[in-house]
Amino acid sequence: MAAVAGEVTAPLHRRRLRQGRSRLTRIPPIIWVFLGLGTVMEAFWVAWPTLNTFYYSFTQWDGIGKKVWVGLGNYRGLLHDPVFGKALLDNCIWLVGFGGLSLSFGLIFALALDKPRRGVGVYRALIYLPLVFSLVVTGLFWQTLYKPSGPLDSVLNAIGLRGVEQQWLTQPHLVLYSLLVAAIWHEVGYVMVLYLAGLKATDPELAQASQVDGANGLQRLAFVTLPQLREVNLIVLAIVVIDSLRTFDIVWVMTGGGPNNASQLLSVDMYTEAFTDLQLGYASAIAVVIFLLTIGFVMFLVSRMVRADR
Amino acid sequence: MPRRSWLPALRRSRFHLIMTPVCFIWCLPIIFTVMVSFRSFTDIIEHGLGGLPRSFTTAGYSAAMSGVGTGGEGRALLNSTIITVPTVIGVLLLSSMAAFALSRYRIPGRRAIVAIMLIGNLLPPQVVLVPVVRMVQSLGIFNHLIAPILVQVGFGMGFYTFVLYGFMRTLPEALTEAAHIDGASPISIYWHIIMPLVRPALAGLAALAATWTFGDFIFAISTLQSSSTFPVTVFLFNFQTLYASSWNVIAAGAVLAALPTAAIFLVFQRQMISGLMLGAIK
Repeated sequence: MAAVAGEVTAPLHRRRLRQGRSRLTRIPPIIWVFLGLGTVMEAFWVAWPTLNTFYYSFTQWDGIGKKVWVGLGNYRGLLHDPVFGKALLDNCIWLVGFGGLSLSFGLIFALALDKPRRGVGVYRALIYLPLVFSLVVTGLFWQTLYKPSGPLDSVLNAIGLRGVEQQWLTQPHLVLYSLLVAAIWHEVGYVMVLYLAGLKATDPELAQASQVDGANGLQRLAFVTLPQLREVNLIVLAIVVIDSLRTFDIVWVMTGGGPNNASQLLSVDMYTEAFTDLQLGYASAIAVVIFLLTIGFVMFLVSRMVRADR
Repeated sequence: MPRRSWLPALRRSRFHLIMTPVCFIWCLPIIFTVMVSFRSFTDIIEHGLGGLPRSFTTAGYSAAMSGVGTGGEGRALLNSTIITVPTVIGVLLLSSMAAFALSRYRIPGRRAIVAIMLIGNLLPPQVVLVPVVRMVQSLGIFNHLIAPILVQVGFGMGFYTFVLYGFMRTLPEALTEAAHIDGASPISIYWHIIMPLVRPALAGLAALAATWTFGDFIFAISTLQSSSTFPVTVFLFNFQTLYASSWNVIAAGAVLAALPTAAIFLVFQRQMISGLMLGAIK
């Protein structure tokens, strides 16, 4: 009896299984709704506006009157715009400083706090605490610190650096770097988290083996650990590059791009052109430049990542 | 022989001897701002902003909460919450539905859809800002709290779909197949099988989404106009120009705005960190 039942049910079971598979390929209508809702939101609020930004960038428009087609006029204007030039230069400095220092500090903290031991959890939490504050709040914290004869100057005085006190946010040659420190303070925790994840995935046996072979700490770091972090490096690099191209809140809150364009970044320049000067076409051209820089960097890093995979 | 006993001890304490001061310096911006926020205005005028506190008062906090001419920070914190809660629920619901469809069914061109979503997630907000403000105006929702909610749900879709897609793809195919054979509908597979399994990821993403939405500045300042609708970020921005010389009030305002996200972090620290890792590694 049992044998017969088995013979009968087996093919039936197989048939049902096959049906199940084919149902996965034949997509139920409700699944199109599932996919559609989110895709429509993305298309409506991201893809369509992006296309529009490209279109606006070829027009002259104050937001009220008619758009006037000017072809590449806005882009030609950018070439001769000293404020845009300053913003581009500052953003390059920002990219190198913000990217390089966030990456270095994040890696150093991750290496220092990688091994589980007493107190590590508290140290880690304190390092990434700034990450949960909004950039507006971060800006206000640092603004308090930077105020003339404020806490930072008092600390410098107290440790005997009396001559070092500065107008941190109003000196044109200094302001960008003062902002940079605040922005890095906010970013380092994120980078550290990513490196901690990367370190967790490294092979501890390799480090042990090299230790047995007599490699010292620095050698182990340079030749064993860092090569294994290659993929994380690229991800971190992509994140800090994108974040440095979208930096806006912290600058807008602390200096608004001033004094006299001394802390002008691309996104700040774009925002000023769009919402203070109502040059929407021109602002869109700056937005397109930001878009192209972002995509360019990401494409470059992704191609490196694909090569690293092979 | 005694070397062996004190050397590891020194090693251990060397770690703390370095990390404790480093973390203390790291937290100085927070410590100083909290210190200033509890000082009285006269104390700051007399002893300087950088002086050690000689007074303790919550006057700065009450001034920020009443916020003459700005609607008060209580209202702003409420607006932030009204924006944040529906945004987080909306974006996680829609993105998990999309990720479910993309990871469990052979949607034609799904790789292209995921790639487009990923690119959308990488874009700086500035790229879409001008058209988005125009669209908000023509929809008639300019200066309504629904505007930043819709914009942020749309703008967040890419990131959350991408992360959840990566997460759901790792779940064994057999799970859903078995449910299909038992005649479960796609909705019930999504809700009763997949969603409970991705709950850890969802918790992390929800905590992240909440802090990010709560901290949004650029979409709020571009789509809202009056102090009755401003979330706390925009409120603080206007507040610091209005109260430019009352540093204790500004500091108190900043601390108040930092508290909700700091609380989320303290409660959901583990989930948030794993959420961040998910976003990068998947």
